[in-house]
Amino acid sequence: MADQQSAPHHPRDAVSEPALVRWLLILISAIFLALFLVVPLGTVVGRVVVAGWGSFVDTISESDTQSAIRLTLSVAALAVPFNLVFGIAAAWAIAKFEFKGKTFLTTLIDLPFSVSPVISGLVYVLLFGADTWLGPQLKAMGFPIIFAFPGIFLATVFVTFPFIARELIPLMQAQGTADEEAAISLGASGWQTFIRVTLPNIKWALLYGVLLCNARAMGEFGAVSVVSGHVRGKTETMPLHIEALYNDYSTDGAFAVASLLAALALVTLILRTLLEVKFGADVGNGRHK
Amino acid sequence: MDIRIDKIRKEFGDFPALHDVSLNIRSGELIALLGPSGSGKTTLLRLVAGLEYPSQGRILFGEEDASWKSVQERNVGFVFQHYALFKHMTVFDNVAFGLRVRGSKDRPPKAEIRRRVEELIDMVQLSGMESRYPGQLSGGQRQRVALARAMAIEPRVLLLDEPFGALDAKVRKDLRKWLREFHDRTGHTTLFVTHDQEEALELADRVVVMSQGKIEQVGSADDIYDRPQSAFVFSFVGDSAKLPVTVANGDVTFRGAPTGLRTSVGNGEKHIFFRPRDIALQDDGPAFEGRILSMRRLAGARIAEIDAGLGEGAERVEIELPLGVPAEQGSVIRFLPHRFAIF
Ligand SMILES: Nc1ncnc2c1ncn2[C@@H]1O[C@H](COP(=O)(O)OP(=O)(O)O)[C@@H](O)[C@H]1O
Ligand SMILES: [Mg+2]
Repeated sequence: MADQQSAPHHPRDAVSEPALVRWLLILISAIFLALFLVVPLGTVVGRVVVAGWGSFVDTISESDTQSAIRLTLSVAALAVPFNLVFGIAAAWAIAKFEFKGKTFLTTLIDLPFSVSPVISGLVYVLLFGADTWLGPQLKAMGFPIIFAFPGIFLATVFVTFPFIARELIPLMQAQGTADEEAAISLGASGWQTFIRVTLPNIKWALLYGVLLCNARAMGEFGAVSVVSGHVRGKTETMPLHIEALYNDYSTDGAFAVASLLAALALVTLILRTLLEVKFGADVGNGRHK
Repeated sequence: MDIRIDKIRKEFGDFPALHDVSLNIRSGELIALLGPSGSGKTTLLRLVAGLEYPSQGRILFGEEDASWKSVQERNVGFVFQHYALFKHMTVFDNVAFGLRVRGSKDRPPKAEIRRRVEELIDMVQLSGMESRYPGQLSGGQRQRVALARAMAIEPRVLLLDEPFGALDAKVRKDLRKWLREFHDRTGHTTLFVTHDQEEALELADRVVVMSQGKIEQVGSADDIYDRPQSAFVFSFVGDSAKLPVTVANGDVTFRGAPTGLRTSVGNGEKHIFFRPRDIALQDDGPAFEGRILSMRRLAGARIAEIDAGLGEGAERVEIELPLGVPAEQGSVIRFLPHRFAIF
């Protein structure tokens, strides 16, 4: 090149599109997001604002709503730790060992993503329902599954178990086993290796997975709807309660509870963005389908 | 401590990565495992460490059979190919790791750990970098942190997998010299893997040449370079030329013409190997004959690529021509190796 000394020019990035195309794509995405996300969420908040603070507080402090909130929180409080343990174990096995049926296990973990939530709930009805052998037995022993807390818990676990595992698997696969081998060659036990080396390596992705898992655990409707039985004040979670209020023409009430769930989604989104900004490299590797 | 590798075989599934490998390592030796990629060097090193278990055979540490001992029990220092430093820990914490994970009975008190870690960091010339993270170090510095970390557990043997593999040429040379001095100072039995022959020949007391899961030859740099015991070693280590010959009752013939060379190798179709510089040009009498295809100049000599088939099929070899000899592309020359091996 003859004119290397000439005025600095700005070579266009090889993969970047012409400005027009770029703006068009951005515009389309923005309009799409506005129509399908911002407008509906805005409506929820708008309804609550229009109905007024008093009405909001009234709905929230109703005993049925309180019970729905309590149920949702306790299901999530149990299901998330459960999936945390399962997710780490599954990701560990898949990422760090070679064994027969590994591909099958990986596919299996994705199952809840590809199956309709209604079916996920129905599975437990078929297993523990009134006309099965197991269901009535357990009920007689004072431990009912269907139309009770355990059923809701099981359905929630089923629907949410891929979130953490899928977040961890690609990261752990990329990291390989070298760090763990280094730790054991230095005399660390398996547990010490896990706590001091493996866990710190995956902690941000893990936190991210937990956030997603929690959001879904609190928001799940379909699977829970099948097993819950919709007993007001007993087996109604927040999403179910919203539907019940709505069907009772208590629209303001429905929107009040919905705004709580929407707030949760917002908090998750914000935390997630913060995580991605801060630890972009580790987080968000697992792409959800 | 002596290490005896006794008829080790290692299979991954059906694939034998090592066949029947035996090797005695003397206490305090610096040994290089040299071979092309995939020859089983890393596998052998991992077997000694206990990161892998043999399919057959034994590994003895001194008099004790260590074949089935866990990595933790073996107390070896292992430096991984890409260092495997804990990136969320500082240099200090990396080096201290092996001491801190000890059971409360064997764990030195805090002050003692601090003293020993600082001593090690000083030994690998990284004083002042204790609180840096691996991401803030150069390749050569990481390499030395990995070494200090491995040394902290006072290992019975030091194992290094391609210790200089990921470094640039200059740093490589410096570290190579440094490792030799480090070894002489600490006197650890050391086994390191490399695919770089220069590194192996320069650094090691003895070189173990491996190919396809087998040991081809064990010996000093002189043994390996001057007295290669197999065709593989001859062509893998150093420059070499190779031509097909026929041996009949000790006489060596090339393309039906006698060469005047004699050998104790048995009759049959063989190959003759020689170094490009170990030849003498011949005016008359029996010799190898070839046409010069191209020439290039090295510092003190000329390298000629010749076609020893004289047109019929290409038997290309490179030989070194003294500077004074008149020769040019296309001219025919006659030569005999004065040092050679036939396999
Ligand atoms: N965990 C493993 N599973 C299957 N094959 C392996 C494994 N480790 C090594 N091998 C195979 O064993 C052979 C020797 O590998 P390795 O010891 O890593 O060679 P080197 O270190 O000399 O390059 C290679 O062919 C490699 O593919
Ligand atoms: Mg290797």
